[in-house]
Amino acid sequence: MATMAQAIRMALHYGEENLGVTDIFGEDVGPPLGGVFTATQGLKNAWNSPLDERGIIGAAIGLGMAGNRCVAEVQFADYIFNTIDLLKLAGNQCWASAGDWNLPMTVMTPVGSGIRGAIYHSHSFDAMMTHIPGWKIVMPSNPLDAYGLMISCLKDPNPTMYLKPKALLRVRGGERIPGEPELTPEGEKQLKEMIDAPLGDRSKWKPRWPEGLTDYVVPLGQAKIVNPGEQLTVVSYGRTLPLCRQAAEKLAPEGLSVEVIDLRTLWPYDWKTISTSIRKTGRVLFVNEDTEVTNFGEHLIRRTIDEHFYDLQARPRLLAGAFTPGVGLADPLEMASVPQLGHILSAIRDVIEEQA
Amino acid sequence: MVRALAITPEGGKEIRLAEPEPKSTPEQEPEPKSPRLREVPPPRRGAEFRLDPKLLVRIHDLMVKSRVVEERLIKMYKQNDGYFWLGGPGEEAFQIPLGLQIDKGEGLDHDFLHLHYRSSGILLTLGADPMDMVRQMKNTATDPFSRGRNFSGHASKRSWNVVPITSTIETQYATAIGTGIAQRRHGGRSITIVTGGEAGTAEGDFASCLVWASRPAQELPMLIIVTNNEWGISTPASTQHGEAHVADRGKPFRMRTKFANGNDVEESWFAIQEAMEYVRTERKPFLLEVHVSRMYGHSSASGANLVPGEEDPLAIFEARLESAGVMNRADMTRRRDQYAAELLDMHRKVRSEPMPDPSTIYDHTYAGQKGRYW
Repeated sequence: MATMAQAIRMALHYGEENLGVTDIFGEDVGPPLGGVFTATQGLKNAWNSPLDERGIIGAAIGLGMAGNRCVAEVQFADYIFNTIDLLKLAGNQCWASAGDWNLPMTVMTPVGSGIRGAIYHSHSFDAMMTHIPGWKIVMPSNPLDAYGLMISCLKDPNPTMYLKPKALLRVRGGERIPGEPELTPEGEKQLKEMIDAPLGDRSKWKPRWPEGLTDYVVPLGQAKIVNPGEQLTVVSYGRTLPLCRQAAEKLAPEGLSVEVIDLRTLWPYDWKTISTSIRKTGRVLFVNEDTEVTNFGEHLIRRTIDEHFYDLQARPRLLAGAFTPGVGLADPLEMASVPQLGHILSAIRDVIEEQA
Repeated sequence: MVRALAITPEGGKEIRLAEPEPKSTPEQEPEPKSPRLREVPPPRRGAEFRLDPKLLVRIHDLMVKSRVVEERLIKMYKQNDGYFWLGGPGEEAFQIPLGLQIDKGEGLDHDFLHLHYRSSGILLTLGADPMDMVRQMKNTATDPFSRGRNFSGHASKRSWNVVPITSTIETQYATAIGTGIAQRRHGGRSITIVTGGEAGTAEGDFASCLVWASRPAQELPMLIIVTNNEWGISTPASTQHGEAHVADRGKPFRMRTKFANGNDVEESWFAIQEAMEYVRTERKPFLLEVHVSRMYGHSSASGANLVPGEEDPLAIFEARLESAGVMNRADMTRRRDQYAAELLDMHRKVRSEPMPDPSTIYDHTYAGQKGRYW
């Protein structure tokens, strides 16, 4: 039962060994720390960069231009905002050169709330990132998908943005990643001993990577129905996805049937799966934790109205983060700023109970 | 007709720009003749060259070609055959010597070029077809650099390691870091070359470039170039930059630096040669700043008119060539007239080339993708 951080680490290791990944870099990405969330511990091509986000993104673009395959990390999405024009540049290189250049590069950054990160460690980035064409953007909600989405990113010839929901990075999954030890407490302990760096002096430590890791992929642009249902479609990703699933399970005994879709790839997204589900249920709720104004979910609502207005039995709804300058540190502030289980339960009831 | 009130290099004071040339079409335009040469100071007595005369003639040829191309692009703008012009007339004495010393090719065995938008001289020296620059100015579907998507001066050519030139004035200093890292790992003699103006060095990406290029024991093989024309659009550099030379900013990073007169062909040649040899062999960065001219102002946004009093490196070079007996005036005039006629012909031809198909707007958002994808 790998954590999401371990899953990402194993995928990156697979990438180093099999997919030509030459550089995994960023602030504190290399030894001794191996990333503030440990996602890059023990990787042979991981290295520390200057504390310079623009340099990190610029270097990633240049490495891609040189035909090298890199994964660059910005330590928290809160610090990626000063690279927006470089992200825009990366996204337009293929288009601007009419296909002459492409950029195989991946950027990963932890996003969202859930660790009481206050104003500068809680930002979401999905709304901003989905405004930048030319990128493929993913956000996993469990370790298996985290592994498979990373492998897909590493194989893609375009810029890929891998958003890591920081609240889920240490959460264990329920599905085994091909190659990882058995899903037992013993297997969990074994994996930890193999690939988690010890506390204290790490100078002599080397990981023992599981044999049998594969190029298991979650194809980009492919959503997943994680809870089938008939009365309402809920579309989410990242931190709020497990909450939506939990809500659906909680409401099932009441006779409420909720279909939960894990979008997994935010761009280009799997409209076919969303569309099919909306046509079936006639009701839809989009859930994410980025701020609610010009939220990515608003685009999905616009498309829902454009294409499914006459299929709908209730207003399409968005449950998102409050439009505030930041997420406040105190527990009541964070809980009130971004969707929690209670908010999702209420929103689901509201949409289902709305008169057709 | 007064064109407009516009930004000028005259200390920020607004003036009315000169009357534009009468509107005409390239078909109505008479066959070109060389303009009167601008007055330049007499060459120093016994002006001697260190470079081989054959090389000097070649450099002159490329300088004339580059100047004539830019002047044709300006004419195209003024005849409504392009929306916007910006380029590098006034940088020829530096760009041609640079272009001639670049190792051109694709991939890590060759130099990577992160150029800014005043680089036509470098590109023509590498072998770019002037017709392609005319096409980009006219934003036709045949523009090989961007298929009508980008301004003039925004080349892109993967087979020569010319990464897409952008309108941002500083991001090339950041992206150059990456090819520098790849080349450090790759070894050999190939290097990363990045160019930009002095105004762009105020941006953080320039500082990023200096920091990353000089990390202890991880120095990058980068030739970092600043072409200093002393203007940031309408703002004099002297009002914004306290440093004596931008190149001095490399010194705290233990970086080799040099300031040279980029309006002098030979001084440029040898400064580039020294810097390149150091970077190719030592695999460490070199910061080279050169003084250059901006003959026609920032861009068409400031009128694209000849700037009075601006030092003309081509006129200076021609006076020296003539004085030293390397070329005579008649040959130089003939060469210029020939290029001017060729460019006029290209201008006429490009008008019949197709414009981009609106259905292509989504093409190449991703590698190999065509049409709307979502």
